[in-house]
Amino acid sequence: MPQYLLRRFIAAIPVMFLVSLMSFAVIWLVPGDPASSFLDASATQEQIARIRQELGLNQPLWQQMLHWYGRVLTGDLGQSILLHRSVGEALLERLPVTLSLAALALVLAAVLGISAGIFAAMHRGGTADRAVMTASLLGLSVPDFWLGLVMIVVFAVGLGWLPSGGFVPITESVVGWMRTMTLPALTLALVQTGFIARMTRSAMLDVLDQDFIRTADAKGLKHGFVVLRHGLPNAMLPILTVLGIIAGSLLGGAVVVEQVFSLPGVGRLIIGAIMSRDFPVIQGGLLFLAAIYVVINLMVDLLYAVVDPRVRL
Amino acid sequence: MNPSSSFTRIVRRVLAHPSIVIGGGLVLAVAAVALLAGVVSPYDPLASNFRMKLQTPSAEHWFGTDHFGRDVLSRVIYGGRLSLQIGLMVVLITGLFGTLIGSVAGYFRRLDDPIMRLMDALMAFPAILLALTVSATLGASVQNVIIALSIATTPHTARIVRSSVLVVREMQYVEAARALGAGDWRILWFHVLANSLAPLIVRLTFVFASAILAEAVLSYIGVGPPPPTPSFGNIIANGRDFMVEAPWVTIFPGLAIVVCVLGLNLLGDGLRDLLDPRIKVGP
Repeated sequence: MPQYLLRRFIAAIPVMFLVSLMSFAVIWLVPGDPASSFLDASATQEQIARIRQELGLNQPLWQQMLHWYGRVLTGDLGQSILLHRSVGEALLERLPVTLSLAALALVLAAVLGISAGIFAAMHRGGTADRAVMTASLLGLSVPDFWLGLVMIVVFAVGLGWLPSGGFVPITESVVGWMRTMTLPALTLALVQTGFIARMTRSAMLDVLDQDFIRTADAKGLKHGFVVLRHGLPNAMLPILTVLGIIAGSLLGGAVVVEQVFSLPGVGRLIIGAIMSRDFPVIQGGLLFLAAIYVVINLMVDLLYAVVDPRVRL
Repeated sequence: MNPSSSFTRIVRRVLAHPSIVIGGGLVLAVAAVALLAGVVSPYDPLASNFRMKLQTPSAEHWFGTDHFGRDVLSRVIYGGRLSLQIGLMVVLITGLFGTLIGSVAGYFRRLDDPIMRLMDALMAFPAILLALTVSATLGASVQNVIIALSIATTPHTARIVRSSVLVVREMQYVEAARALGAGDWRILWFHVLANSLAPLIVRLTFVFASAILAEAVLSYIGVGPPPPTPSFGNIIANGRDFMVEAPWVTIFPGLAIVVCVLGLNLLGDGLRDLLDPRIKVGP
């Protein structure tokens, strides 16, 4: 077990090295001078020179990169040009919003998706199966930001049940937090629910075809019990893989959903930085979210070993 | 066996998959409307008419009008044409580079590790955020949206091609070709790639669908094709400020996206079942 984990961990190192190189390289994509793209056309030479200095663009490329890696390794993501504060601090301050949104959506999507998938697999080929599959395909085809807008029109403006945006920290008021998070989390969860339901169904179908399920049925156990106790644990591995994959699209989706519901999360910070070309925040933000993704996938690898003892070998 | 009977056999096999028929039908219908945009759209998508602004859907304006008095149906039709063009270009570019990268990684074992680590690193970024950053940094234009989306969708495609190449390269017919003296590139092209096509085709159908969804997000955020050119995303972005008085400006382009993407997803599902029931490449 420690050996397996060590292997996974070592494999993540070159990936993280490349991830931070790519985050840094964003600034090379800018046509022309990154410093003047941050300022408007009326900027003076001195202003441009000052920004160039701040971004470290006057150094040779290898020095810029060395400097970047040096800072990243010590956990320093640099200074925002626009906010005049540390990028790391700004990201950490907004992290709870994004993480709680993504986590809430993941729980919703996993509970709904896995139960719908099991339900469909148990009624393979029947009307219930077809209904679940059609609904999940439809869920996969809906653009999340648009769904968010529709939810705002219906539940916030039309029925007035929930606020259309804004954020209340959970430390301030639990009810307020729930009220501001419900619509964004539902929006984010719906697409993923479809994905999880489809994957759960096909993983369950693979398992339910096997001999030990027939044996368990034949010895008179209730079918529901067989599915949950003998089927589900054996289908957990592919389901876990899916949960790891959607961690990435949840983070990406959270970026978009935060924008729709004006939630002050990491995504909104980064999109704001993209619009104003605040490169340190873009670079730091990209690296930050990618690092979270890599860590989540390491945790999924760890869970594999917990769920399936064979992996430990 | 004569060719016509084998043709009918293929048609019958295809028709046995309702998702191909329904999905393919939807995609063909959408493509036909997009191709004939100039003929079927009732108005000029860019013509504003302030006396007719924010009209509710009616016999003259099926989808209503927006805050400039532009016909929403015409804008959705032209927007759909642009979205499909972007999606198609992304499919072609991703198909090309995904195949190239994936097959080289899968076939030349020494290159496998460096190439795939690079793809892993690209996949660590949330795809939509990667596309947003690239498109915004390069500057909002149709061409840059295509570049951004291709960068975001290529790594996964390369990984799928690689894994089928890994299986096919161990087949006996590849060994036979090598014994006959065929070179690496010849084997890769005629024997390995030709037999790895099924998962690629299925994957590219889903790439098409996700390109349409992602283009809409990019336009909505404001880093897509610049206005006044209609695209699904920027029609929705336009309608956002009038969502309460004129929800139709937002609703209809969204429904159009659902129809396109649903059609492509159904088609991809059906093709997957038809080409190889064992392969699993999710959208």
